[in-house]
Amino acid sequence: MTVESSEIARTLGGDRRRQRREIIWRLFFLGAAATSIVITIAIILSLVGEAWVFISNVDLSSLWEIGWFPRRGMFDIRTLVVGTLLVAGIAMLVATPLGLGSAMYLSEYARPRVRRILKPALEILAGIPSVVLGYFALTFITPGVLKTIFGNEVAGFNLLAAGIGVGILTVPLVASIAEDSMRAVPIALREASYGLGASRMNTSVRVVFPAAISGIVAALIIGLSRAIGETMVVAIASGATGGSLFSLNVLQPGQTMTAAMAALAIGSDQVRGDDYAFQSLFFVGLLLFLFTLVLNVISERFVRRVRQRY
Amino acid sequence: MVATYVDVPEVVRQSLSGKGRDRKGTIFAWALLIGLLLSLLVLAVLLWDVIADSLPVWAQRTIGNFLGSQLSANPDVAGIWQAFYGSLLLMVFVVVFAVPTGVASAIYLEEYATDNRFSRFINAIIRNLAGVPSIVYGLLGLALFVKLLGSLTGPEVEGRSLISGGLTLAVLVLPIVIITTAEALRAVPNAIREGAYGVGATRFQTIRHHVLPVAAPGILTGSILSIARAFGEAAPLLLVGGITTFFQSGADSTFLDVLQGRFSAMPVLVFSWARLPQEGFRALTAALIVVMLIVLFLVNFTAVYLRNRYEKSV
Repeated sequence: MTVESSEIARTLGGDRRRQRREIIWRLFFLGAAATSIVITIAIILSLVGEAWVFISNVDLSSLWEIGWFPRRGMFDIRTLVVGTLLVAGIAMLVATPLGLGSAMYLSEYARPRVRRILKPALEILAGIPSVVLGYFALTFITPGVLKTIFGNEVAGFNLLAAGIGVGILTVPLVASIAEDSMRAVPIALREASYGLGASRMNTSVRVVFPAAISGIVAALIIGLSRAIGETMVVAIASGATGGSLFSLNVLQPGQTMTAAMAALAIGSDQVRGDDYAFQSLFFVGLLLFLFTLVLNVISERFVRRVRQRY
Repeated sequence: MVATYVDVPEVVRQSLSGKGRDRKGTIFAWALLIGLLLSLLVLAVLLWDVIADSLPVWAQRTIGNFLGSQLSANPDVAGIWQAFYGSLLLMVFVVVFAVPTGVASAIYLEEYATDNRFSRFINAIIRNLAGVPSIVYGLLGLALFVKLLGSLTGPEVEGRSLISGGLTLAVLVLPIVIITTAEALRAVPNAIREGAYGVGATRFQTIRHHVLPVAAPGILTGSILSIARAFGEAAPLLLVGGITTFFQSGADSTFLDVLQGRFSAMPVLVFSWARLPQEGFRALTAALIVVMLIVLFLVNFTAVYLRNRYEKSV
């Protein structure tokens, strides 16, 4: 019996050439899938390798100076981390209400026809390259909006405009993930709520929102991760090419981890030899990689919870 | 004591229609809509701002002149030729390297892999790669293609070549290609695969002749959108040495020389021009952005057009 069925399996599998060809294709596709692992390893090796050179050669007290001036051997990590958190914080202040508001409107209020127009329009915003938003922040948000509100306290290059620009960039991302999770809430929950006499607003806020909360939190975390990793808006709109002093003033030029890397990279031809400025790029990059990795892993947890429930 | 008269039906009617809450509900609905419209308003203002800023350039020069002129420090004659050409060649790298690898990778994950620890591991890695900030890919490119393989990618320019830039962008969009392709493959009904197996097709024949044609529109759209993403990226190119000052490869240079030579790209040029203090460059930057947005629009339009066309024929 067993002999017979294996005989059948062999016949059905076809001749040897056919089977060999199948195996070769399978290995080909497997090899392609393995490139992602290779890339991940390459990223970690390149980051850790150069960051290790940096950490083991540089005076550790230079990581805690008055500012970030890599070409003068002052690698104050505080300046960059605080700058990054300020910009990401401002970005989330913009992206959270706009993104969640848009998501809830599209998912709970908009009629299908309205949705068909508004959703693609929001997707256009998602497709705008970040350099364009950087230009917009520098030439419109700062002189057009911030100068009228704060007057001359605002510098031409400042962190606030950069943060708003990053926030605008994050809105479509937050909106689309949050909307997906709200639409995944079963219609029966809404019907039950209406059946008890709840209004549309109460249903949206007290039934749909809590039911979709894991997806909404995931949307915000992914948005935050994106905001932390955003480079070009900050590099263009917040100034500070050579370095910057530690500061909490968002109306003045400042530096984030990403913008500092971009600024350093433009001149890295000249700095390659001296003072480990080149290696500091990789150290900051490693920190950034770890920050976003942790955020992505957390958001993954939340997304999985949505999937399990419905 | 006088009994107070209560109009019971009216009270019930009111509480059912929720007169008091209704106003709050309306305000809430409007607040949500305003949040959405505000985002779209920003988009409109952005487009208007860029187009208005670019008008001085179009008043003096044709788009051909702007595209065809070389980079220059003089705003009156500066054009974007090297950046335009560079961006096009970079996209070729994405198409040649990222799209086939990404599609093949997704085919393995969706069509071959069973739900075991290895495939879950690869899936998790791909999702994490998609969330890595683009500038970190620039660091990878700097360490790998510029420093380690510099003698291959650009022996004359310390590895800061078009090849390095193109490969970096290809690596950057690979996870996006994989994820969108995997989605397209998942959408193919199982009946199509079962039908193919039923008439004795092997797994590869099933994929090649039955699954891929059905999934093609989705794969195509995803690939084109990945290219659009790569087209707008500046940060990784800054790290692998995209430049914005005048440069020229010799007149008798071969195509390989171009690939191994210095390069520029449109988003990198936006970054560098936007920060220049001269007034003339502001209009030039806006004009450059307009060209970029037109290219992006055409790319997206192509994606939608191809999807619609293919979807009808299948």
